[in-house]
Amino acid sequence: MNLNLPVYLDNNATTPMDPRVLEAMLPYFVEKFGNAASRNHSFGWVAEEAVDYGREQVAKLINADPKEIIFTSGATEGDNLAIKGVFEMYASKGNHIITCTTEHKAVLDTCKHIEKIGGRVTYLQVQADGLIDLTELEAAITPETILISIMYGNNEIGVIQPVREISKIARKHGVLFFTDATQAVGKIPVDVQADGIDLMAFSGHKMYGPKGVGALYVRRKNPRVKVTAQMDGGGHERGMRSGTLNVPGIVGFGKACELCMNEMESEAKRLSAMRDRLENGLMVLEETYVNGNREHRLPHTANISFKYVEGEGLMMGFNKNIALSSGSACTSASLEPSYVLKALGLGDDLAHSSLRFGLGRFTTDEQIDYTINAVKETVLKLREMSPLWEMYKEGVDIDAIEWAHH
Amino acid sequence: MAYSDKVIDHYQNPKNVGTLDKSKQNVGTGLVGAPECGDVMRLQIEVDEASGLIMDAKFKTFGCGSAIASSSLATEWLKGKTVDQALAIDNMDIVEELNLPPVKIHCSVLAEDAIKAAINDYRVKNGMPELVEEKAH
Repeated sequence: MNLNLPVYLDNNATTPMDPRVLEAMLPYFVEKFGNAASRNHSFGWVAEEAVDYGREQVAKLINADPKEIIFTSGATEGDNLAIKGVFEMYASKGNHIITCTTEHKAVLDTCKHIEKIGGRVTYLQVQADGLIDLTELEAAITPETILISIMYGNNEIGVIQPVREISKIARKHGVLFFTDATQAVGKIPVDVQADGIDLMAFSGHKMYGPKGVGALYVRRKNPRVKVTAQMDGGGHERGMRSGTLNVPGIVGFGKACELCMNEMESEAKRLSAMRDRLENGLMVLEETYVNGNREHRLPHTANISFKYVEGEGLMMGFNKNIALSSGSACTSASLEPSYVLKALGLGDDLAHSSLRFGLGRFTTDEQIDYTINAVKETVLKLREMSPLWEMYKEGVDIDAIEWAHH
Repeated sequence: MAYSDKVIDHYQNPKNVGTLDKSKQNVGTGLVGAPECGDVMRLQIEVDEASGLIMDAKFKTFGCGSAIASSSLATEWLKGKTVDQALAIDNMDIVEELNLPPVKIHCSVLAEDAIKAAINDYRVKNGMPELVEEKAH
């Protein structure tokens, strides 16, 4: 097979849409354009039928009931609706939420908002491998705790949190458990029953579906969970999320879920083998470190620090032909190093030296080989240019130098 | 954000990467920035004592493409100048030459600081008083 350039390794930011998804969506723009809420004519019925089918496909992937799927515009909205919605709905029970420092900004900033409106939030630290400490989690629970919000798989380092153990603790204390599973759904088996999840946000465009559509799973039985709507209007989605349904988006999202359901197992095997090859190929470089727990990890993600080389400078060596990111795409416009890597206890210098590789359905072996060579070559070239590398090689203790901070 | 052609050219073909013998009397070394900030520049000048001209300049930089380009450009500009002329190099000259966007202006500031630090090191080594920075960054 030939090498396809450029190589796209930023699948944690977004995935390309699968052509089969597009094919399923196309009739719902022009021909079958109806509003799924129009009850009195065939245009509406056709749209409603499509939405129902999409809802079934989405529910099936996570072993939920279709009635438990609330369509949203994406995971950010799902995160907001879950956290703010629970905070409002369960205000009489308490005002305390537990989350952790490596969550996505959509969770962290929503929690900051909760604090501004009178809530109390505990931000659990993570261990050096990115996992939370379950003892600390349990110890943080108070009679006022209403929600535990811990992500399924991390977007930057791919670490998978012990979701089943977390839900057991939540159950034991009568606290709801919400998980942002944006990076996990469609990549690894996620089962809301077996995992004991009460609320879960995920998104179409991270699993080869369209952008602008996602879902919030809201448990209906044992316990029955409710969230206060954050968008008022026509009372769509069982009153929890008003707004005309994005019919083509939902059709595409449903199709994407169906494809993941059928292909996830083989795809995960293929991707983790490629990911391991990529890591092994790069780890031959000196002073190179994989960030995060390597065992409990999403199959498609690798986060690697190349010490004494700066990440942005490194990417510039190959970004004409390889697309990837250092830190998450949401923060890479700023000059701050990744807060997730800092939460693992990495020094700013190592955090500045990291790259995130996000493999996907359309990544090929040839592209991985090309990437290994290009990254290796650039690291070696930049180290020859790095004063820190020279000091390291001469045995100078870089940490002992008094640096002038700007 | 796309880099300018000049930044890309300096990144791909950096001028004057290397190390001068810092123990020599006529070599001044400036090391500025911090690993935690994602930028460290080391810039060195070698002054010809007879003519007072900077006859060689070398750099090594840990940082983004703009930081590498700024220091590469600085070494090019330094060669052939007197120490006093070198002191006149302003970070905004670098910004202009490389078309640096606002978020990358700090790279040019760092390059100017590196030049001044190297000159000061040279001055102190040769019994001249250290120059105090007038501009606050």
